[in-house]
Amino acid sequence: MGRKGGTILYLDGVSVSFDGFRAINNLSLVLDRGEMRAIIGPNGAGKTTMMDIVTGKTRPDAGEVFFDGSVDLTRHDEADIATMGIGRKFQKPTVFEGHTVEDNLVLSLKGPRSIFPALFHRRSAEENRRIDEILAVTRLETKRSDMAASLSHGQKQWLEIGMLLAQDPKLLLVDEPVAGMTDAETAETARLLKDIARTHSVIVVEHDMHFVRELGVKVTCLHEGSVLSEGSLDHVSSDPRVIEVYLGR
Amino acid sequence: MITGRFFASGADRRVLATILVLLAAAVLVPVLNLAVPQTSMFHVPTFMVALVGKYLCYAMLALALDLVWGYCGILSLGHGAFFALGGYAMGMYLMRQIGDRGVYGNPILPDFMVFLNWKELPWFWYGFDQFWFAALMVVLVPGALAFAFGWFAFRSRVTGVYLSIITQALTYALLLAFFRNDMGFGGNNGLTDFKDILGFNVQAGSTRSALFAASAVALALAVYVTWRIVGSKFGKLMISVRDAESRTRFLGWRPENIKLFAFTVSAVMAGIAGALFVPQVGIINPGEFDPSNSIEVVVWTAVGGRGTIVGPIIGALLVNTGKSYFTGALPDLWLFALGGLFVCVTLFLPRGVLGLWDQLRERSERRRTEADAPPPGDAPAIVRATPPAQAEPRGLGAATPEPQPAE
Repeated sequence: MGRKGGTILYLDGVSVSFDGFRAINNLSLVLDRGEMRAIIGPNGAGKTTMMDIVTGKTRPDAGEVFFDGSVDLTRHDEADIATMGIGRKFQKPTVFEGHTVEDNLVLSLKGPRSIFPALFHRRSAEENRRIDEILAVTRLETKRSDMAASLSHGQKQWLEIGMLLAQDPKLLLVDEPVAGMTDAETAETARLLKDIARTHSVIVVEHDMHFVRELGVKVTCLHEGSVLSEGSLDHVSSDPRVIEVYLGR
Repeated sequence: MITGRFFASGADRRVLATILVLLAAAVLVPVLNLAVPQTSMFHVPTFMVALVGKYLCYAMLALALDLVWGYCGILSLGHGAFFALGGYAMGMYLMRQIGDRGVYGNPILPDFMVFLNWKELPWFWYGFDQFWFAALMVVLVPGALAFAFGWFAFRSRVTGVYLSIITQALTYALLLAFFRNDMGFGGNNGLTDFKDILGFNVQAGSTRSALFAASAVALALAVYVTWRIVGSKFGKLMISVRDAESRTRFLGWRPENIKLFAFTVSAVMAGIAGALFVPQVGIINPGEFDPSNSIEVVVWTAVGGRGTIVGPIIGALLVNTGKSYFTGALPDLWLFALGGLFVCVTLFLPRGVLGLWDQLRERSERRRTEADAPPPGDAPAIVRATPPAQAEPRGLGAATPEPQPAE
């Protein structure tokens, strides 16, 4: 237990296979409180599956997954884990397209998650303040009353990050936040994530090396479901095994 | 926020108008039927009162389906089951009211039980001589069945077409069960030959008018409740579950509970509709459980426009009026007409009649705005009041909402 104290996320010897295919193979990964980590790796390295395990979508066949030092995540489901304080942004931006930007945030705000409070909910001043704050951080103030469906791809990514912030999680899992973004938007997103990382623990999965460099954090490279290399981006990218995996042999 | 309120006010006005029309009908129609002499052109004939009263019950059933299908994305192909269960509960009360006026003159046992040589009343018929008990069962039985069904179905994450098939199986199973004589619900013939309701003769014109008024008021109430539910944060959650269930889950909500609540409320509404239906048509038999009935409800809702509160009511009234006409004039063609209607609506009117109306009005409004040609910057309120066509329908339409997978 000693090693787990002080960590926000602790994975040890985690394995999972689908129909005989080992998506995650004896994966161990530790994230300290307040740390931001970038995870890279070629397609099929198990990045998304790892997030599925952490958020309760997939149960591991073996291994330990602990959150906040003591919570065994393998015993909880998605909704539980989300309310405990793990927020997840999907690879493909997933927002409620039929709702306005503001309503998307209202539904994400931390608070009771049962039926009757939702039926008789009245918005408090505190909630309004939080929404204003998040809209400002994600630069969506002018889009407040627009349908989420009408947002651009990049704005949807930001809205989804805003929805994570509204949940006020302890740990954010962000899957490919800059896929399909312009350079300017990418730089903006890096700024936003660095901002968030000041008060939250964050895991970012990303392919874009420029973006990872801009984040300037410790990097973990996954390959075939386990950690191939870990360290600064320079260290990882000069690791011969990483080069081999990325360039083929 | 401004858009929300502006836009909502358009839809809200429509809902309020509907409620007012229904309440006015609840007062006016009985007056025109009972107080105005038959020779007057304002007289509403009694058969008409009964017919429209029946349609109002159908409209309530369509509204119940709309709550789960239009707003929560649960396509139930078995909503007729809840309607029929509510109907049976009312039918049992009406049977017990017959007393010794039945053919066999048994003061306790309904005729069909005497005919089957039963000596005493089965336990599940106890209490149905009391109206309050029957009324309670009208609400409880469909509600409990929906709750139990939904508990298992939603918890095991059965969605989409699989769920639809199970709901269909549910109503079919009930159909077969109620057909059996030893179930104790009158078997094939169902329950009929009713005499009194609350001491009034069910055949009397004044009773029919009162039942009509009750149906109209109940429908108005159902519209109000649906409107309040849909307008609340819970209503937004239903739409969220419909459009992106796993996003909702990863935000910490439990989609299964959201669906369960909506499904149960909807089933209760359908049960009440069934209970009002039975005394007006004078019979309830297992045919009401027929899967094709439930599918017809889906057609009404689709024709009117799902995801709108008023649409399904219009759809139910329109299609049933059409049915009454067709089955009188061209009985062989009705099913073809119904099938064709469903195909056409699915292909050309994904948002139903109400969606078409909105689209036309939006277009004419846009033309008018363009004709007046204020510089776009000057009239933000107008522009906002009618959000762009492609942005809004996602929320309501049937054409676009291919529910988004999370990954």
